[in-house]
Amino acid sequence: MVDPNLLYDVLVIGGGNAALSAAITARQAGASVLVLEHAPKAMRGGNSRHTRNLRAMHSRPTSVLTDAYLEDEYWDDLLRVTGGQTDEHLARMTIRMSEQALPFLEACGVHFQPSLTGTLSLSRTNAFFLGGGKALLNAFYATAERIGVVVAYDSEVQQVYLDDGFVRALDITSNGFAMTVRAKAVVASSGGFQANLEWMRQYWGDAVDNFIIRGTPYARGRVLKSLLDQGVAQIGDPTQFHAVALDARAPQFDGGLVTRLDSVPFSIVLNREGRRFYDEGEDFWPKRYAIWGRLIAQQPGQIAYSICDAKSVPLFMPSVFPAIVAGTLAELAEKLGLEPDAVAATVAAYNAAVRPGQFNDRTLDGCHTEGLEPPKTNWAQRIDTPPFVGYPLRPGITFTYLGVKVNDQARVLMADGRPAGNLFASGEIMSGNILGKGYLAGFGMTIGTVFGRLAGESAASSARN
Amino acid sequence: MPDISLPESDAIANARRSMEVCNACRYCEGYCAVFPAMELRREFSAVDLGYLANLCHGCRACFYACQYAPPHPFGVNLPQQFSEVRAETYVAYAWPQPLARLFRRNGTVMSIAAALGVALLLVLVATLRDSAVLFGTHTGPGAFYRVIPLWLMVAVASVTFLYALLAMGLSVLRFWRAEEPLADSTPGALWTGLRDALTLRYLGGGGHGCNDTDGGFSDSRRRLHHALFYGFMFCFASTSVAAIYQDIFGWAAPYAPLSVPVVLGTLGGIGMVVGGAGLIWLKVIGDTEPVARAVLGGEYALLFLLLLVATTGLLLLMLRATPAMGVALAVHLGFVLALFLLMPYSKFVHGLYRAVALWRAARERK
Repeated sequence: MVDPNLLYDVLVIGGGNAALSAAITARQAGASVLVLEHAPKAMRGGNSRHTRNLRAMHSRPTSVLTDAYLEDEYWDDLLRVTGGQTDEHLARMTIRMSEQALPFLEACGVHFQPSLTGTLSLSRTNAFFLGGGKALLNAFYATAERIGVVVAYDSEVQQVYLDDGFVRALDITSNGFAMTVRAKAVVASSGGFQANLEWMRQYWGDAVDNFIIRGTPYARGRVLKSLLDQGVAQIGDPTQFHAVALDARAPQFDGGLVTRLDSVPFSIVLNREGRRFYDEGEDFWPKRYAIWGRLIAQQPGQIAYSICDAKSVPLFMPSVFPAIVAGTLAELAEKLGLEPDAVAATVAAYNAAVRPGQFNDRTLDGCHTEGLEPPKTNWAQRIDTPPFVGYPLRPGITFTYLGVKVNDQARVLMADGRPAGNLFASGEIMSGNILGKGYLAGFGMTIGTVFGRLAGESAASSARN
Repeated sequence: MPDISLPESDAIANARRSMEVCNACRYCEGYCAVFPAMELRREFSAVDLGYLANLCHGCRACFYACQYAPPHPFGVNLPQQFSEVRAETYVAYAWPQPLARLFRRNGTVMSIAAALGVALLLVLVATLRDSAVLFGTHTGPGAFYRVIPLWLMVAVASVTFLYALLAMGLSVLRFWRAEEPLADSTPGALWTGLRDALTLRYLGGGGHGCNDTDGGFSDSRRRLHHALFYGFMFCFASTSVAAIYQDIFGWAAPYAPLSVPVVLGTLGGIGMVVGGAGLIWLKVIGDTEPVARAVLGGEYALLFLLLLVATTGLLLLMLRATPAMGVALAVHLGFVLALFLLMPYSKFVHGLYRAVALWRAARERK
C-alpha cells in the first residue's frame, strides 16, 4: 500500500529490470524507496518479463560467458546496428559498466545458465537468465522486498509535476484510489509508449489497429508524455519503433517471443494482393528479422503471408500456432483468404525465376532468382513439394525509440540543456540516447541494468543532499 | 502385447498446447530433462506427452519463471498439466486393465483399503486368538508369531509383494513399450537415468533448489523425498534381512535393539516419518496454483499411508514387550497389507515411470 503521507527518499516509476536495478541500488545506498508498478503482481516487470539475456563486456571467460568480448568490438557491433544513431560517450560508458552488471545481478539472486544449444553465436557475448526474464524479475523482487524496498502494484502514475526541473509531486492511482505522492528524488523507468495505440495512431493512422504489441500492455507512455510536455529534452524519432514479423494470430498484447515466425528466408512472402514485396533471402534471419515488421506495416492492411513447401518446413523454428497446410497452392490460398489466381501467378513466376544452385540453409548459399522483381537472393528454391504451408504475418512492435534525454549520471536533461534537479531515468524510456535505431540482442537489458544502477545511485545521493 | 496407446483427453490437449508454447520459447531449457527432450520433437503425440509428463518432477521452477503462466491467456502451467497427464498414464498402462479403475478417486480408495486392512487384521486376531494371547505379554524368539502365525505372515506377505512387483513391472513395461523404440542403449545411459532418478537431480531446479512452496528456491522437497524414499528402502532392507535370519539361520523375531533388522527398520521408520510428514506439510502450505486438484487426494493418501506404516512400525518396536504388542502388530500389518495391495494402483508407481522416462531421456540425448 502507498501511504501518501510518507516522504520517500527515492520513488521509482516502473517495475522492470531498469526500475528494480535502480530501486535496489538506491536502497543499498541507504535511501528509503517506493516502487510504483502499474501492472498487478502476476504481470509485473514490463517488457523484462519477455527478455532472456544481457549483453556483457568481459575480458576473460566468466562463469557463463566464453572467451572475451571487449569494448571496441562491442562498440563496433553497436555502431553497425544503429548506423551511428548513438552517443559514443554514453554508449562506451554503458559497455564498460556492463562488465559489472553480471555480478550485480548474481548478487540479486539472478541465476544464469551455461551457454546454450542452438545459440552458440551468443554464448560469447550474452549471458542467459536461467528461466528467462520472469525468473530474473522474481529474484529482483525477492531481493527488493528482503532489503526493505516498498513495492506497490496496480499503481499507475498519471501526472508528474515538474517545476523548474524539480519533481514536486506525482498524481497516481493505486489499487483504484487516486492520491498525490512526493519524494525527494524520482527515477522514471516506465518504458516506452508502444502499448498506447492512441498515441501511435498520431503517427501511423488506423494501421495501428493491425499492429501487435509483443510486450506488456502497461507501456502506455504516460510518464514519458508528461515529462516531454513539461520541457524535458526529447531524444529519438517519435514515429519509429522496433518491429518484427509475427504470426498474425498472436494476441494483441504480451504474446512475447513465441509468436515470432522464422519462416521468411525459406519462403516467399506475399501481401494481401498476392504479390511479393521484398527480397526474403537478403541476409541471415537474425540480421533481417527486425526490418520485416516495418515492411509488413507498409503493406495494405498491414498483413502478409509466408508461403513455402514441405522442403522448407524443417528449416525454421516452429511458431506457437499451427501452420496452415494444404495439398495444393490453390487450396492454401483459399485457406489464407488470398486470391488463388494471384498466388498461382506469383508462385509460377517465382518458380520460373529460381536458378539451380547448391541449397544450404547455413550459409548465404547464393541460390537466387533471375529476372524477378523483387529478387530473392539466397535460399531460393522452387515451391513445388506438397503439402504447402502458409503463415499469416503482422508487424509486432517490440518498443518505441522516443525517450527523454539523460546525461552520464542518468540525470534527465531539460530542453534548454540544464540537468533536472531530482529526476533520473533508466531503461526503455531513455534507451534512445544510446540505441537510436536498430537493435542488438540483449542490449536493452544492458542499458536497463547499467542505467538503473546509475539512476539508483544518483537518486539516492540527490535525496541525501 | 497389444498395441498400447494413451487416449486423447482434455489433459493431453492442455499439455500439448503448453508444449507447443514451450517449444517456441525454450527459456526453461536449463531447468530439467523435460525441455531438452521436448526440443527433440516438433509434434507431440499423446504417448510423447505421457513420456514428457513422467520426466517432470513437479519442481515448479518453470511455473514461476513462465511468462505465459496464468493469468496470461496462454495459461501454461506445466506442473499442473503434467501431473494430470501422469495420472492418465498410470491408468492407461495399469495392469490388469480392469483394476485401473482403482486410480479413479484414488484417495478414497486408498483410505478405504487402509481402514479395511487394519479392520481385517484386528477382526482376525480378535476372533482367531484367545484374548489372553492377544493381550498377553510375549517376549523371546517367535513372540510375534504367537499373535499371528508365521506361515500366515509369510504367505500373505509373499503373495501381496510378488503381486505388487508383477503388476507394477507389467504396467511400467507397457509404458516403456508405448514409446517408439530407440535404436540402441548404452550402459552409460542406463546409469545416467538411474542416477538421475535416485539422486532426484531434477528436483534441483537447475542446481539452485526448486520452488517447493512459492517463488523462492529451496532443497526441502528433495531432502524430504530422499528421507521418505531411502527410509522406505531401509525398512525394506530390514524386512529382507529379517527374512534371511528367519529362513536361513532360523533366528526368529523379535531381534535385539542393536540387531541389523531393528537398526535398519528404526532408521528407515524415522526417515519415513520425517519425509512423509514433511512432504505433507509442504503440500499443505504450498501454493496451490501449480497443483492438479484431481490427483491431490491420491497423493495425500499415499503419503499418509506411508506415514502410518512407519509410525505404527516404530510404535510396535516400542510396545513389543508390553500387552499392547498384539494389537500394535495387527494395526501395523493392516497398514502394510493395504500399502502392498494398493501399491500398483497408487502414486507409488511414479518412481518406476520416472526412472524409465529418465533412462529414455538419457538415451535420446546420446
